[in-house]
Amino acid sequence: MQKITLPITDDVIRELKVGDSVSLTGVMITGRDAVHKWMIDTFVKKSRKPEGDDEAVYEALKPILDGGAIYHCGPVVAGLDTGAYSFVAAGPTTSIREEPYQADVMQHFNIKAVIGKGGMGPKTLAACSEVPGVYLHAIGGAASLIAQSVQQVLTVHKLDFGVPEAIWVIDVKDFPAVVTMDSHGGSVHVEVETQSKAQLDKLLAS
Amino acid sequence: MPDLTEAFLELVRLTSTDLPPDVEASLKRAREQEASGSAAQGALDTILENVTMARQNSTPICQDTGTPIFYVQHPPGWSTTKLKGQIRAAVAEATKRTYLRPNAVDTVTGKNSGNNLGDPSFPTIHFEEVEGEDLIVDLILKGGGCENVGAQYSLPNGRIGAGRNLEGVRKVVLDAVFNAQGKGCAPGVLGVAIGGDRGSSYYASKEALFRKLDDENTDAELAKLENRLTQDANQLSIGPMGFGGETTVLGVKAKSLHRLPASYFVSVSYMCWAHRRRRMTVRGDETTYE
Repeated sequence: MQKITLPITDDVIRELKVGDSVSLTGVMITGRDAVHKWMIDTFVKKSRKPEGDDEAVYEALKPILDGGAIYHCGPVVAGLDTGAYSFVAAGPTTSIREEPYQADVMQHFNIKAVIGKGGMGPKTLAACSEVPGVYLHAIGGAASLIAQSVQQVLTVHKLDFGVPEAIWVIDVKDFPAVVTMDSHGGSVHVEVETQSKAQLDKLLAS
Repeated sequence: MPDLTEAFLELVRLTSTDLPPDVEASLKRAREQEASGSAAQGALDTILENVTMARQNSTPICQDTGTPIFYVQHPPGWSTTKLKGQIRAAVAEATKRTYLRPNAVDTVTGKNSGNNLGDPSFPTIHFEEVEGEDLIVDLILKGGGCENVGAQYSLPNGRIGAGRNLEGVRKVVLDAVFNAQGKGCAPGVLGVAIGGDRGSSYYASKEALFRKLDDENTDAELAKLENRLTQDANQLSIGPMGFGGETTVLGVKAKSLHRLPASYFVSVSYMCWAHRRRRMTVRGDETTYE
């Protein structure tokens, strides 16, 4: 188990290989479907003008994401009525939905670690080589356990996106994950898909 | 008619936080089969630790508490309108108590209702009048990740080489498991319906998921199909979380429906390892859960 502290340097990223178990400590954000679309439309492709608190949120996120991590997660959160937020359940969501956006978002913000489940596709894998960065696979469904690694919810942005889709800024300690896509072009997901395809072809022929 | 709101609330809490014993036992067996020190075994260790923790702390096993799908069997004379009102009140209260995540999103505006109550079909509630005295309510919490990898096929399917028979069914179901890879949170449980129309077929594929994992199909042909599919799917070696490994599915439950001469549908509902399903039975003043 390799302990990694956020923000992450290029040297640390380059040392990580698929199959490595890691535990992350530091400040990261959650972001999934609505957040990725918002980032791309407003700040990367600029197809819509910033409005409301967009600029302020963007400025607040930049230093966290520079060398940092984004977690594909829509948590269950307590304290919604009082504002004293805490994570109750916080496993990863399926990452592949962010495939159209992820590479550009990584490049734009210099994100070093994308955390989720199920793996991502060729565009993100290429970005992992270029940025460089890694894809970290958390254990899907292990939501109560992962919530324990969230020490504190520092703040929340874009709560109007809904609780699952908001940007939660969290301080984590020993957040467990496995490297399944590295900065050297390695992907567990490509490997498993390739060998399971060969196996499928055999089973269909039998 | 009694007010069962509190009883429904307990059903939701139990379903979200306490994995059924047959599913947990199956995950434990899967863990024993994975290579020592493998990523697959590590994933199952984490899963089992999480199951214990969720039960102890009464917190959701998975943060995606999914679509609450209720199947209600009621004796004659019960008001389904009242039952629906009580179920909806219980779901809203369960959301407030963080047993459920607010999951109902208006598809046109994108706005999350905040309390899991959407239009009349969210949460999903099916009613059926049955003989006898007992009210039986089955609940499944079906997350979005696994729902997204569900699939429906119309046989024959030339791409897969699947004809209109159980052998064809076997082939398309394997295709669905392959396409899902780890994205549905493997090792999953497959609900498979054959026949029906597109709607009834998907409905039945979810109904099949209420069967216990060790329960054998009463139809000998379907029982054979279920066993063969479980074995074949595990030969794909997609493994827990798609990390590669021995267990890709924990089980397959199949159901057959009459079909039109022109149609032969196969519907696959993929349920993640966090197979959250519970049953509540009301008999007189007594309410029990299993």
